[in-house]
Amino acid sequence: MSPVQQSVLAAGEASEHRPLIISLFAVFVVATLVITVWAGRQTKSAADFYAGGRQFTAFQNGLAVSGDYMSAASFLGIAGAIALFGYDGFLYSIGFLVAWLVALLLVAEPLRNSGRYTMGDVLAYRMRQRPVRTAAGTSTIVVSIFYLLAQMAGAGVLVSLLLGITSDAGKIAIVALVGVLMIVYVSIGGMKGTTWVQMVKAVLLISGTILITFLVLLKFNFNISDLLGTAAERSGKGDAFLEPGLQYGATGTTKLDFLSLGIALVLGTAGLPHILIRFYTVPTAKAARKSVNWAIGIIGGFYLMTIALGFGAAALIDPKEITDSNPSGNTAAPLLALHIGGVDSAWGAVLLATISAVAFATILAVVAGLTLASSSSFAHDIYANVIRKGKATEKEEMKAARWSTVFIGIVSIALGALARDLNVAGLVALAFAVAASANLPTILYSLFWKRFTTQGALWSIYGGLIVAVGLVLFSPVVSGDPKAMFPGVDFHWFPLKNPGIISIPFGFFMGWLGTMLSKEEPDTGKYAELEVRSLTGTGAH
Amino acid sequence: MAVDAPPPSKAERHFPSTEEFIEVQQSAEFGELRRAHRSFAFPLTLGFITWYLLYVLLSNYAGGFMGTKLVGHINVAFVLGIAQFVTTFLIAWWYSRHAAANLDPKGEAIKSRMEGGA
Repeated sequence: MSPVQQSVLAAGEASEHRPLIISLFAVFVVATLVITVWAGRQTKSAADFYAGGRQFTAFQNGLAVSGDYMSAASFLGIAGAIALFGYDGFLYSIGFLVAWLVALLLVAEPLRNSGRYTMGDVLAYRMRQRPVRTAAGTSTIVVSIFYLLAQMAGAGVLVSLLLGITSDAGKIAIVALVGVLMIVYVSIGGMKGTTWVQMVKAVLLISGTILITFLVLLKFNFNISDLLGTAAERSGKGDAFLEPGLQYGATGTTKLDFLSLGIALVLGTAGLPHILIRFYTVPTAKAARKSVNWAIGIIGGFYLMTIALGFGAAALIDPKEITDSNPSGNTAAPLLALHIGGVDSAWGAVLLATISAVAFATILAVVAGLTLASSSSFAHDIYANVIRKGKATEKEEMKAARWSTVFIGIVSIALGALARDLNVAGLVALAFAVAASANLPTILYSLFWKRFTTQGALWSIYGGLIVAVGLVLFSPVVSGDPKAMFPGVDFHWFPLKNPGIISIPFGFFMGWLGTMLSKEEPDTGKYAELEVRSLTGTGAH
Repeated sequence: MAVDAPPPSKAERHFPSTEEFIEVQQSAEFGELRRAHRSFAFPLTLGFITWYLLYVLLSNYAGGFMGTKLVGHINVAFVLGIAQFVTTFLIAWWYSRHAAANLDPKGEAIKSRMEGGA
């Protein structure tokens, strides 16, 4: 029996309430489309399309950053990882949050001050434009596609669970629907529309999570210790469920994998292009700082609640029901909603429908954010600055952005089918590893290291990118594991599921080596411009 | 420029030349701003990453210690995990206070002087 058929059985109770679920989905879709069309009418210049006119407030952007960041990985993936592996799943929540400090202290403000529309603007600022922009565009698109893969996997799982669609044609149709919606959001609404969609989604996700957290805690009389104790007992693992090591403690290799994951999580955020471009939507660096603070508050609150979601699912649902529904636990949060309301009751079905609609909204919004980041980078970095050598008009550039949106939408639809059985949080952690290996070293060197050269930038981007992606390709994520993308074959030789521990130091090392070995002198005038501009905002867009 | 002129709007403000940027970059005033940022942000980054890695390493290699129960079913691992949240909130607040007091005034002074074209 396929996982999908099993999950339909697991949530069979929901099937009578399918019209409700579909209506809630439809309400969200219609509301966001209205926002998109409205925002599209106000999108005239390139600054509107790429940066939402730079007129959002710090709070609005903080909310939108949170919306962009709390993806299916945070909601479905972490809840599932905690529900199945207890304490080890909680590392995701901690790493995803602490990572924001790197963005706050070192990246957000200088980036806002010195860039215009994309991450590539900052990386190429004092370098030879064409090669560095090509590299920045490539890594932006690769990171975003890894991230998209995870969101599409989440969408596929959710839809199978809720709508009982078991045929391949049906699933492809749903993934295609997600793809078409995101193309519409981004190509019509641009950054302005996407930002509003993120805000709506963040409010929905936080509200839904508060509701479920409240109901879980109510069941345990707000006694966290009882919740943890019940989760440990029900999981069948006892105290080990509350201690580190259940998922990663088995051998020296798995422990290394845990460390690798931990490093990728904490260093990835400040290199995620779809997060970085959000800082261009506010008027100043100070507003960018304030939006990160809002985001840290909102995201931190949300991740604290993942304790209730994950351990609540473990405490209230038979572990077999969770794994039967999805082997990686991706459906634990919606199942928790069903159980907390009562499996046979209408209230349970209403909660399930609500939480699923929230999860669906989450996925759609993040997918839109990722698509915007990739198409912006393609249009602004590669098309306008490399292909047209800076001679494209604003109109042509925006047209290129809209067409690349369509292209990226199609690619992600095609990839969506590949990753169904992998934990969504684990997949996103790969995007974090790639971002931390290829983007973060280059950003930090560009901003803070006077000697850094074009060759150094190229070596760190391509070095980090190739090693990170290469190691994933030959890891158990892709082959040689029953949950792999291609479970039938085995060409893996790299033992870790997350490449961060190798690829991140390698990215930093290559940036240093490329600089030391380069024959060209760094452009000191341009560095003076970048340094003064990044710290003071002089000449900022 | 007249003394009573309104502050330049985005469109009409002066974008300094490379020479002006180099001059400011080498000025004592800018050196102070750079030092105020780096001497705060760099050690703090090193600090919170070390503290986070310590937590990950303890989880990996000190399972017995992390599993020690403190109150009911709440163990050391859980408390240290929550402590990561608390320190993250505190560091964010601390940096923002530092930036508002020690970075923003310096940065704004340099920016308005350079963009004013004076």
